Amino acid sequence: MKSVSKSIIRSALLLSLFAITGTALVAVTYDNTYQRIADNERDYLLRNLHQLVPPALHDNDMYIDAIQIVLPERFGAKAPLTVYRARKDGEPVAAIMTTVAPDGYSGNIKLLVAVYFDGTLAGVRVVNHRETPGLGDAIEVERSDWIRGFDGRSLGNPGISGWRVKKDGGEFDQFTGATITPRAVVKSVYQSLQYFNTHRELLFRPNIAAVAGTPASVDDDSDDSEHHND
Amino acid sequence: MSTEIQYRKITNDGLWHNNVALVQILGLCPLLAVTSTVINGLGLGIATLLTVVLSNVIVSTIRHHVKPEVRIPVFVLIIASVVTAIELAMSAYFYELFKVLGIFIPLIVTNCAILGRAEAFASKNSVKASLVDGLSMGIGFALVLVVLGALREALGMGTLFANAQLMFGELGHAMTITLIDEYRGFLLAILPPGAFIGLGLLIAVKNAMDEKRSCKGVKVPISAR
Repeated sequence: MKSVSKSIIRSALLLSLFAITGTALVAVTYDNTYQRIADNERDYLLRNLHQLVPPALHDNDMYIDAIQIVLPERFGAKAPLTVYRARKDGEPVAAIMTTVAPDGYSGNIKLLVAVYFDGTLAGVRVVNHRETPGLGDAIEVERSDWIRGFDGRSLGNPGISGWRVKKDGGEFDQFTGATITPRAVVKSVYQSLQYFNTHRELLFRPNIAAVAGTPASVDDDSDDSEHHND
Repeated sequence: MSTEIQYRKITNDGLWHNNVALVQILGLCPLLAVTSTVINGLGLGIATLLTVVLSNVIVSTIRHHVKPEVRIPVFVLIIASVVTAIELAMSAYFYELFKVLGIFIPLIVTNCAILGRAEAFASKNSVKASLVDGLSMGIGFALVLVVLGALREALGMGTLFANAQLMFGELGHAMTITLIDEYRGFLLAILPPGAFIGLGLLIAVKNAMDEKRSCKGVKVPISAR
């Protein structure tokens, strides 16, 4: 009986020894790489943002000048979205919103929607999607110029009936064999523009940690009192 | 002399006769999921190779000290720690490739081929033999990933080494080979069914080659793929 418990204890000690060693290995690796990984993440993000708003147009650090926004449910995003702001000499230049088109052919399409302060689109890029390769993935800028068709557009250009794919009577091309994907992107970009236009001052307000919006009151600015200033 | 023969057998087993992907049919989840291009296959292949070598060496080093009752949890702990360290290193040095391979790097932990080698080989053999075994098993697996990736990429997109810049930096842009200009693409090859069909074809080719080789008397030249 005693030898059994002794053997259990030995096994337990052995296991904990390996657990400690393994954790130590991971901790040491983490310690040696986390700075570099953080730099990588920052570089990667800035490179994406600068595709939309070139470095010459702003002088602030967009990586730091960002706010989190909780969007109402109809935007399809459950998690708070990040908005990066470009400023020059303290004046707002553009906002880059990380929005999600929830109704793609295979789930969410993550987008960067960049809007100049006057409400025209600086551009749109797809960050992440699971659309069908060879069909829906033409929304990637590496595969086709389709996504560049948003450059310079705004809420009034085209008018509300033009913000659809051609099949639905709008101005944006669909792809051969894939209509759902471009439809989802066009819809999401339009909604982002709407949000930008109604909440522009809010989007550029400095030092906001979190902006809360409720579905009922998102379209008027009376809910500003609910937003938390940091 | 006899040890040399033994090492040659270990190498041949890993690369061909007992190949992880083609004969043991292990680690299929990452194999089928990431092999849509050569570079993806190569990236996961190298990460898996590193993992199996490190885990084999560590398991073999401690093989006399681990009690049989707890050996499996110990092996899993070792493999998980090694993979996490590799994942961190990869996101530090090959960030964009890491983003492409995504979840499949941490999932190397669940690649049963690695636990299989630890249990079936490394826990019973010397460190040196385990090192050779890990190397040849890992290379054998990586080769299948690369060949399958090449097959699917060539058929599906008409290119080879697309996105090589993810791994080789600026040099990679020059590495991309366009086999067919204005190729419309063969969607099936890129989608998951293409992976299953491609792997099936590779296994069939291997078996056919083995069969030909074992035919006595008739000497048939074997062109290696």
